[in-house]
Amino acid sequence: MTHTVNLVLNGERRAIALDDPRVTLLDLLRERLDLTGTKKGCDRGQCGACTVIVDGRRVNACMSLAVTLDGAEVTTIEGLAQNGELHPVQAAFIEHDGLQCGYCTPGQIMSAVALIAGGEAADIGDDPERLREAMSGNICRCGAHRGIIEAVLDARTRMADAKKEQAA
Amino acid sequence: MNRFDYIRPASLEEALAAGARPGAAYLAGGTNLLDLMKVGVAAPALLVDVTRLPGLDAIEETAEGDLRIGAMVRNSDIARAPEIKALFPMLAEALLSGASAQLRNAATAGGNVLQRPRAALLDGMRGDDRDLAVLGWTDACACVHPSDFAVALAALDARLEIAGAAGLRAVPLADFLSLPEGAAEAVPALAAGELLTAVVLPAAAARVAGHARYVKLRERTSFAFALVSVAAALEMEGGRIRSARLALGGVAHKPWRTPAAEAALAGAAPGPEVFARAAALALEGAAPSGDNAFKIELARRLVARALALAAAGTPARVPALPASPLDADHGAPAYV
Ligand SMILES: Cc1cc2nc3c(=O)[nH]c(=O)nc-3n(C[C@H](O)[C@H](O)[C@H](O)COP(=O)(O)OP(=O)(O)OC[C@H]3O[C@@H](n4cnc5c(N)ncnc54)[C@H](O)[C@@H]3O)c2cc1C
Ligand code: FES
Ligand code: FES
Repeated sequence: MTHTVNLVLNGERRAIALDDPRVTLLDLLRERLDLTGTKKGCDRGQCGACTVIVDGRRVNACMSLAVTLDGAEVTTIEGLAQNGELHPVQAAFIEHDGLQCGYCTPGQIMSAVALIAGGEAADIGDDPERLREAMSGNICRCGAHRGIIEAVLDARTRMADAKKEQAA
Repeated sequence: MNRFDYIRPASLEEALAAGARPGAAYLAGGTNLLDLMKVGVAAPALLVDVTRLPGLDAIEETAEGDLRIGAMVRNSDIARAPEIKALFPMLAEALLSGASAQLRNAATAGGNVLQRPRAALLDGMRGDDRDLAVLGWTDACACVHPSDFAVALAALDARLEIAGAAGLRAVPLADFLSLPEGAAEAVPALAAGELLTAVVLPAAAARVAGHARYVKLRERTSFAFALVSVAAALEMEGGRIRSARLALGGVAHKPWRTPAAEAALAGAAPGPEVFARAAALALEGAAPSGDNAFKIELARRLVARALALAAAGTPARVPALPASPLDADHGAPAYV
């Protein structure tokens, strides 16, 4: 049986025919839609390399069956930059050396973007300990965590400032 | 992963009918089921996606004043719900100490309680000796129930609401899992096709809100299962303990309630001696099942620590490192 999955993928409507319900969102993105920015580390929910945003929430694409997502809005690392300009979190990762090999980076960035946009940021405030805890689902084998946390804190402040300026 | 069919029923009746078919499994957040399917431990022929069933995705007060958490409410939403933070803060702390933010966004209340032992993912049902049970184990199974949420729920006398062909029934969470002699893992009290529809918290359990902590020891600071965990809650009156609730995680095939320890605390003034006595009673009958004798003493100490933290008062907000006994700053108590 073929299942049709309607997605808004990085802002674009897509109707995807799935011949096999076993396909995870991660394999759909990487193997079938050629969106290879989302990485596969463990394929078991343990590392966070596959983090994407589904309906505003960060989830592990490897633990989510594509067939279950009909009607969902999915954002991947490819959908962040607008008009050739990096997302503030992407820019902050570069500025703060929030990466070495870069394999965990798309997942780290998607995780941080969802965290800043969602309800969690208010609980975290400026507390680096709370932020480290909130980012613990993204593991970096290169140990770039220090730069990652600095980047996220900085991006969060800058995005909040930009919002204030816009409002004024 | 084996090949399977997938359906997404629109009503409870349809779901129950599909769930009763041979080889069917309910799919909620999928974070445990998919894991088991990927390693070939679970091989359902039919996945019945219950995430969009109506009426299962809200936290609401019942006519009796209890709090009903729909089985499909996501772990992260439970932890952030104002009524949970106010009435059952221990649940928020337990949930936030489990898995990662990404997994909590997908995992449901029902799936969390029903998750199968982690040992199922490893070699046979034994897994790593360090993780194994020290209480209530049998020669056939010494695996531990992995859920943090369920430990806090057991301490709060939560009930499970279960739908089946014959209608709804309720089972105390503490009695929900059993380990029959010879069984390789704990067996939930669910008949074929039965669906868990809600977790219900009795209003009376909110009396411990001011003195309730979940404390968890793990092999790393965050994003790890419990080596040992303790849910400790005290109802205080005039500086004395009126009643106590204590449940242990990581030590048995189910959340381990400790009636003898609870009785020893009732009526006592809080203090290190009575906490040590309760801790000794909580671990009575404990025995190593592998290379894990250390867990018994670890659990004793964690019981005493959890009781001391509970007596000091529930912090106004969940600590930066939820459930960590190593977090120095537990914050000011919320209720004095
Ligand atoms: C890397 C990793 C780390 C983790 N760390 C922790 C941790 O530290 N602490 C912790 O507590 N947990 C931890 N978990 C486990 C996690 O909490 C569970 O996987 C999750 O709660 C399961 O919920 P789910 O909705 O995804 O369930 P699913 O995977 O959808 O379902 C689990 C089981 O329950 C059945 N089921 C689901 N819903 C119902 C229902 N309503 N009625 C009847 N049957 C149902 C399914 O058929 C399946 O057998 C971790 C998981 C992973 C992958
Ligand atoms: S690849 Fe999904 S969490 Fe590791
Ligand atoms: S930068 Fe290499 S894994 Fe994180």
